[in-house]
Amino acid sequence: MGSQTFDKNVEAVFESVGVTRRDFMKFCGAMAAILGLPPVFASRIANAIEREIPFAGEKRPSVLWLNLQSCTGCTESFTRSDHPSIAEAVLTMISLDYHETLLAASGKSACQACESAMEENRGKYILVVEGAVPVSDDGTFCTIAGKSGVEYLKNMSEKAAFVIALGTCASYGGLPAAKPNPTAAQSVDEFVSPKTVVRIPGCPPIGDVLMATIVHFLFFGKLPALDSENRPQFAYGKYIHEQCRRHYHFENAEMVLGFNDDEYRGGYCLFPLGCKGAFTKNACSVMRWNMGTAWCVGSGHPCVGCSEKDFWDKFTPIYSLVEGRNPK
Amino acid sequence: MTRLVIDPVTRIEGHLRIEAEVDSGLVKKAWASGTMFRGLELILKGRDPRDAWYFVQRICSVCTAVHAIASVRAVENALGITIPENAQLIRNLIEAMQYIHDHVMHFYHLHALDWVDVTSALNADPKKTSQLQESISDWPRSNPRYFQDVKDRLETFVDSGQLGIFANGYWGHPAYKLPPEADLLAVAHYINALDWQKSVSRFIAILGGRHPCPNFLVGGMATAINPDSDQALNASRLILMKELLQEAQDFVEKVYFPDVLAIASFYPEWTKLGEGLGNFLACGDFQLDGPKVDDSRRVGSSTTRRDPVDKAGNMFFPSGVIWNRKIEEVKKFNQEQITEYVSRSWYTYSDGSTDAKHPFDGETNPKYTGPKPPYDFLTVDEKYSWIKSPRYDGKPVEVGPLARVLVAYGMGQKQITDLVDKSIRQLGVGKEALFSTLGRTLARAIETVALMDEIWGWYNKFVVNIGAGDYTTANTEKWEPSTWPAEAQGVGFVDAPRGALGHWIKIKNGKIDHYQMVVPTTWNASPPDPSGQIGAYEASLVGTPVVDADKPIEVLRTIHSFDPCIACAVHVHDAGKKKIKSAGIMP
Repeated sequence: MGSQTFDKNVEAVFESVGVTRRDFMKFCGAMAAILGLPPVFASRIANAIEREIPFAGEKRPSVLWLNLQSCTGCTESFTRSDHPSIAEAVLTMISLDYHETLLAASGKSACQACESAMEENRGKYILVVEGAVPVSDDGTFCTIAGKSGVEYLKNMSEKAAFVIALGTCASYGGLPAAKPNPTAAQSVDEFVSPKTVVRIPGCPPIGDVLMATIVHFLFFGKLPALDSENRPQFAYGKYIHEQCRRHYHFENAEMVLGFNDDEYRGGYCLFPLGCKGAFTKNACSVMRWNMGTAWCVGSGHPCVGCSEKDFWDKFTPIYSLVEGRNPK
Repeated sequence: MTRLVIDPVTRIEGHLRIEAEVDSGLVKKAWASGTMFRGLELILKGRDPRDAWYFVQRICSVCTAVHAIASVRAVENALGITIPENAQLIRNLIEAMQYIHDHVMHFYHLHALDWVDVTSALNADPKKTSQLQESISDWPRSNPRYFQDVKDRLETFVDSGQLGIFANGYWGHPAYKLPPEADLLAVAHYINALDWQKSVSRFIAILGGRHPCPNFLVGGMATAINPDSDQALNASRLILMKELLQEAQDFVEKVYFPDVLAIASFYPEWTKLGEGLGNFLACGDFQLDGPKVDDSRRVGSSTTRRDPVDKAGNMFFPSGVIWNRKIEEVKKFNQEQITEYVSRSWYTYSDGSTDAKHPFDGETNPKYTGPKPPYDFLTVDEKYSWIKSPRYDGKPVEVGPLARVLVAYGMGQKQITDLVDKSIRQLGVGKEALFSTLGRTLARAIETVALMDEIWGWYNKFVVNIGAGDYTTANTEKWEPSTWPAEAQGVGFVDAPRGALGHWIKIKNGKIDHYQMVVPTTWNASPPDPSGQIGAYEASLVGTPVVDADKPIEVLRTIHSFDPCIACAVHVHDAGKKKIKSAGIMP
């Protein structure tokens, strides 16, 4: 990804005075500890300090966002992102040059905005794709401005630096591709080769994970480390079950058998109610949702496994165990 | 005669295309087309009915709670499941906060830029903006320094030359009428609302685990309550919920509602444009009396069937139907009167019939017959949309905030009546001004204020129940499919932020045999039926002025006033092989 480095970035400023990014974050972590704040405040401190670093005159990286067969849930989740907030990101960090849900212009003016952004940022912009790609019947199951979604995707990805497949639909086909896949919906990576496709699966994914991936790119000029499925390791490195606060109940064989039981209200392990946390890699139990407020299992619903490939078929019925698979 | 095409229509959910004939600066005829299809109801067939809510929730995650609630209600209705009071309260709390969140975001992030010229805000005097703010409410962020700061940030942003989501907007268009000071005020609130929505969404996350896509459950809610646990809903969570309610209320009452009235006052002509059909339908929502949810809608035996309007007094938003603007004559709502045509949509009926079908008997097969992409124009004289044509008693109706407010007004619902009277008095217009583009926008704000007030009662009742030791959130008596009849059918309604929503389900041997939804935007964005009656979008656009066909801001104002959700509007249901004629739980 070296060729896609932006010369403007905070790291360069730090490096020029002999401070590495790691040193800087360590400093912020130490500051948080000295102030008696939880570790999460390290990033807030970092934000506060970095605001002092002038960006004037430098170009914000262009992000183009394409909605195909989606429910706009990934967009919704993105707007709940905490650090940075969507307002902060869009006004000061990136240039969100195309996103149909938020764009002021419509129709022809919208298409022109998209085309000029692609031209002006050729080879440099980040393309985020939300939704699956329907291919049957000449792509007529999703058209934009009279063109098929698949053509839109090919055209927009061609000049992108890299592509982020946001959500389980873009990553793996998701809900439209669930059996019997009426529209022959497919994942984004089928159409954008040889471009790098970062997968950020989830139905929807945690908004902060996309934001953190973009911020990583802004700070360090490269993508975060990816796993074998091209998911960022910082968010998809571990199974939910391994980091679940109910895990010790699992180890003690303290299980919930019904939604109206005392064990349910006691926070016991939801595995018998169909929890798929043991087979699902995601950051929910650690990062949690909505400013770190909650997550599915935390509030009392089994993990459905929404970030795993084909979960709509492999992990359903939702409230049943997966045949032949047991948590460790 | 100019042929106008707007595709993509932005600042909506989903893929919408508008084509229109413009003559002498006025829209003569318009066509609305949904251009994306997934086939969710085909995907549902054969699956576990308890899973349905999770699938249909992904019809649309802007409307993120409502399909899930309609679905669990339909399954509970089919199986005769009564939910605990706490579950009903939690659903009310989630749905009400969803309304509040959704309506505020709609106004600022999807609709405001039709009225607010962002670039004009750069010419504002922050002192005057401060005066304007102080004249409309006691919102504390009102000092000149604050608005100067917003203006500075906007200037930096614009000077960067990278306008991002504001690029190529219709800035400078003569249709923009706000003074720069009001533009600056609105830009500040656009940014505030982005931060606000992130914060108040936590209210739903506490109850449902996350937002968007909170969790639901057939038989109740999957929300663990235990004041003595750190892993369940306890006093610490309840106080956070209370703080979030206060945060929501402050913004709704001191920013959103006053802004809508202030902005509307600069656009009086838009209280006369964009009316549409004059027919309105509300299915009603927000049960006020606890657990007997949806009994009125039971499709079951005559002994349990009750007239929905008899129950209207027990719903915060009453149900009813209004014909030809006659607010004083609200008719009873009866789900049996709902049918759908596919004569102008890309579907066929297997018997070749062009008659309408009730959702329990309907069938749909996708069959695209439009032009092969890339295309310039749709064949609007034939089939031209993935959206079907629902009709009530054979006639098109409008659903949504305006329909709900008019029905509530007609039935004398006190909170709504007071707010309507106060608003139109303040704007100096009569009730007829409600039948318009701005009428819809105003109705949305009115019902937000009313719900914001009402939600406290549900919250307080919830706290009282927990204090009394009632932690029950689920009725699991009929959780196991072995307790279900071999065949059953049911219906669930939600009067969602965008309007009346119904889900119809048939269950056979523990699996989904048939699933059908009639969705708010399907009502509003529908193409004509065989007798040529057009839907609400198309009707509302006739007569709209268009000054510059390349910048059709006027058309967008009216379309956005409906708050389109196209992913919702487009759906297909399975070809039910066997019709179950008699309604109710099958033996």
